[in-house]
Amino acid sequence: MYDFAYHKPATVADAVKLLADPDAKAISGGHTLIPALKHRLNKPSAVVDLSGIAEMKGIKRVGNAIVIGALTRHAEVATSAEVKAAIPALAYLASHIGDVQVRNRGTLGGSVSNNDPAADYPAAVLGLGATIHTSKRKIAADDFFQGMFTTALEQDEILTAIEFPIPEKAGYAKMKNPASRYVMAGVFVAKTGGAVRVAVNGAGPCVFRQADMEKALAANWSADAVAGVKQSADGLNGDIHGSAEYRAHLVGVMAKRAIAAAG
Amino acid sequence: MNVVAPFEGIGASVRRKEDFRFLQGRGAYTDDFNRQGQLYAWIVRSPHAHARIKGVDTSAASRMPGVVAVFTGADMAKDNVGGLPCGWQIHNKDGSPMAEPPHPVLALDKVRHVGDPVAVAIAATRQQARDAAEAVGVDYEVLPAAVSMDAALKAGAPQVHDGAPGNLCYDWHIGDKAVVDAAFASAAKVVKLDLVNNRLIPNAMEPRAALGEFDPTTGDYTLHTTSQNPHVIRLLMGANVLHIPESKLRVVAPDVGGGFGSKIYHYAEEAIVTWSAGKLARPVKWTADRTESFMSDAHGRDHVSHTELALDADGKFLGLRVSTLANMGAYLSTFAPCVPTYLYATLLAGVYTTPVIYCEVKAVFTNTVPVDAYRGAGRPEATFLLERLMDVAAQETGIDRVELRRRNFIPTDAFPYQTPVALQYDSGNYHATLDQALKASDWAGFEARRAEAAKRGKLRGIGISTYLEACGIAPSAVVGSLGARAGLYEVGTIRVHPTGSVTVLTGAHSHGQGHETTFCQLVADKLGVPVAQVDIVHGDTAKVPFGMGTYGSRSLAVGGSAMMKAMDKIIAKGKRIAAHLMEADVDDIEFERGIFRVAGTDKTKALVDISVAAYVPHNYPIEELEPGLEETAFYDPKNFTYPGGCHIAEVEICPETGKVSMVNFTAVDDVGRVINPMIVEGQVQGGIAQGIGQALLETCVYDADGQLLSGSMMDYTMPRADDLAPVSVATHTTLCTHNPLGVKGCGEVGAIGSPPAVINAVVDALRDYGVRTLDMPATPSKIWGIINGGRRMAAE
Repeated sequence: MYDFAYHKPATVADAVKLLADPDAKAISGGHTLIPALKHRLNKPSAVVDLSGIAEMKGIKRVGNAIVIGALTRHAEVATSAEVKAAIPALAYLASHIGDVQVRNRGTLGGSVSNNDPAADYPAAVLGLGATIHTSKRKIAADDFFQGMFTTALEQDEILTAIEFPIPEKAGYAKMKNPASRYVMAGVFVAKTGGAVRVAVNGAGPCVFRQADMEKALAANWSADAVAGVKQSADGLNGDIHGSAEYRAHLVGVMAKRAIAAAG
Repeated sequence: MNVVAPFEGIGASVRRKEDFRFLQGRGAYTDDFNRQGQLYAWIVRSPHAHARIKGVDTSAASRMPGVVAVFTGADMAKDNVGGLPCGWQIHNKDGSPMAEPPHPVLALDKVRHVGDPVAVAIAATRQQARDAAEAVGVDYEVLPAAVSMDAALKAGAPQVHDGAPGNLCYDWHIGDKAVVDAAFASAAKVVKLDLVNNRLIPNAMEPRAALGEFDPTTGDYTLHTTSQNPHVIRLLMGANVLHIPESKLRVVAPDVGGGFGSKIYHYAEEAIVTWSAGKLARPVKWTADRTESFMSDAHGRDHVSHTELALDADGKFLGLRVSTLANMGAYLSTFAPCVPTYLYATLLAGVYTTPVIYCEVKAVFTNTVPVDAYRGAGRPEATFLLERLMDVAAQETGIDRVELRRRNFIPTDAFPYQTPVALQYDSGNYHATLDQALKASDWAGFEARRAEAAKRGKLRGIGISTYLEACGIAPSAVVGSLGARAGLYEVGTIRVHPTGSVTVLTGAHSHGQGHETTFCQLVADKLGVPVAQVDIVHGDTAKVPFGMGTYGSRSLAVGGSAMMKAMDKIIAKGKRIAAHLMEADVDDIEFERGIFRVAGTDKTKALVDISVAAYVPHNYPIEELEPGLEETAFYDPKNFTYPGGCHIAEVEICPETGKVSMVNFTAVDDVGRVINPMIVEGQVQGGIAQGIGQALLETCVYDADGQLLSGSMMDYTMPRADDLAPVSVATHTTLCTHNPLGVKGCGEVGAIGSPPAVINAVVDALRDYGVRTLDMPATPSKIWGIINGGRRMAAE
């Protein structure tokens, strides 16, 4: 990697100041940034390590929502009694991210801020209609994910926590890329306050909602209801592991499995 | 109290001695060696598959912090550095030699694949060297690339080398075409099949590394390198590249973390660090990162074949005709030319009595990384071809696939058996390994398991492969007549120390095989010395007299045989000493497991009595016998060895996603005498893991411009534990008849026998979809395409 300055602020306010430098990069678990640095694909002036900010940690229930601090590691979400009781699908999703080492290191905030199309968490955030808390404001999930590796976050804005409404039902299923084990196609379904949301990750350049499936499930919450919904391959990803058509097909399969998991 | 020592000889599952240091992280690998004043090299590599080098500007790089030197191909040429040599020469059908274009250590006029070394930056730290390498300005004129073999063979294709018109390295054949054509003319049935044997990237756990040193006071060079054969590297690099006499060049291959063939070859980086160390009179180290490994370690396999099998009305094979294209990549790697010829076409009889065989092979240059031997080397390609052909033939003749194989097996009483493709098999019992595998896998009960899986919505299939391979390479005169530029004997020294402990010097090299245990067991068995008192020394040209290294499952069959010969010499000398000490006739001395006895008496001497006498020769036949107890033997094998057996794979396919899951794997292998059953089981399991990897997961993909798309673990699918199945490994032994141990070799059987068993199982699972050809790997998207296409066909 190239040389960079390293900072470890103790508060969100200090971190925001350090990130005013447009060439500075925030680091949390480091599972995306460190490999990029090692491959010299990124040359930040400074790396701002958020891991010392206590106010960004922890899992708590607030009213009818679970609020998870951005620095919370995947393993903590996967094993949290609070999350398992309120949103078991979220705990399940976290327990299947990467491998043990990844789950003990990677964080919720890091994954969602990065918005890798093949990451797991964005599907839960969009599928549950979560609210993203930042150092500046609150952003609805529908407004947050803007494209491949692109979010509504500004350069000096830090994702601090995510507020997940507790659904009546939710489920997640994914097909892993055989090589990387990232998501090739995943579907998160949720019924929250009577409203149905279906979020698709892995298959496209950015996590997206599947409106036809939402409509079908709102009328009839069952795997059969989505069987007739055809996911278009237009705009989906294709690579050496599978065509856009294959991914479109997988969206249907994973939707059925997610609904079955949701019960 | 009598303490009976546990049996540690031949047949005992002695725990691996070397694992104590490996499991504690205390192995000493090449990158673990660091020297005072050591510099670091970073290689500037071509980003293009094919380009002319118009200029290399090193001026900015040379001025960067910590930089000591930046060298280019022109600098090496000024020093008369030679090109990387090829160790095997194949001849064309017309008798002319193959095209053998130069392989410069650092590219001179052109680069020919992504990753081709162009220059080297040498600096005080690795980071500084890398910074400098990035600052080297190479002016490339990008040329169209010949990436696939198809494209390379087309008229007007870009030429990889001026000296290889049409990108053809050789056009070789074996067998009498007219005779084979006649057999086809009389056949009741001809079965045809086109196959691709997918290109693989080896990925040993330890990336390659090299540390060059030069002592200006003596003129001695030392190279530490991740090699499977340090003496071969010394010979090739010293004689052909750097012109350093053997006496001035020491090559050390310390602990090496896996090779699978990819660390046999003499690579550019070894020459670069050794030569640079001499130029700078400072140690120079290079260590590959994983990205570099993908684009600079020799790849494996990469065949495209058309094959035809002629059968009579009873399903007996009358003849086999094969035409193969084999990718050489951009340059000839050390042993590349022999892989698709003498390690491949000579295996096309397999375990069958096919009376006549013709095979032609075109070797093709392309703008890709060089291709060479990878675990199995040629034999997996032959086995995949034959065993897929068996299943297609069974399908098309209506003869049961097991019965068809059985009907054509070489009979158990037919050994030695001369095949029509040069090899003479010494022993085997293919019916026995088949029967044992059918039983162990509950082949007969499969349909019930298929039906049970169907209830769960899964497509279940079972597949079989009855294979044979040739290893224990190799008789020097034979391989010499076939084009090898080296002998393939092995060397062993047995040094019995004064107090009876033993050091073994072997020319074989252990990089995961467990030699430090298995070889000790030979000594324990023959000389009666406990394993704990035997040490194996390997991998250092300054310590071991000579050796050809480890590959082709040769270490035990050839290296072990050399040790046995050396031990025979120790025993013969020991008998003379014992005869002197016990005042008996040497012909009356018997020896068994460490005890010399005067026949028919209770007069004995232990090995330690003899070794003490040999090194403290106070009472010793000094007039007729030299002191000391150390013997060296060179063993040149009389023939290849022929392990074989039966592999049975069972898979389940999820029809929704196309994902193939291994659910069971049964291997019954005849590897000859088994020295350490636990190590054999581990070797076979590892080979099967690689075979399953080839069948279901791994494939090297280039785009049309020659960029490596599967250039990292993110896109190249290495097998993980959960991709594998419970593997049941058993052996059925027939002894090799021509080496003193009766051993055949076990390192490659897993990778050779398993891929067709897996693919045959996948095809069986898809039997309702009319699958005839299925190229590896059987990825979820490929299988889904078949299922989806099949459904569409059914709907139409």
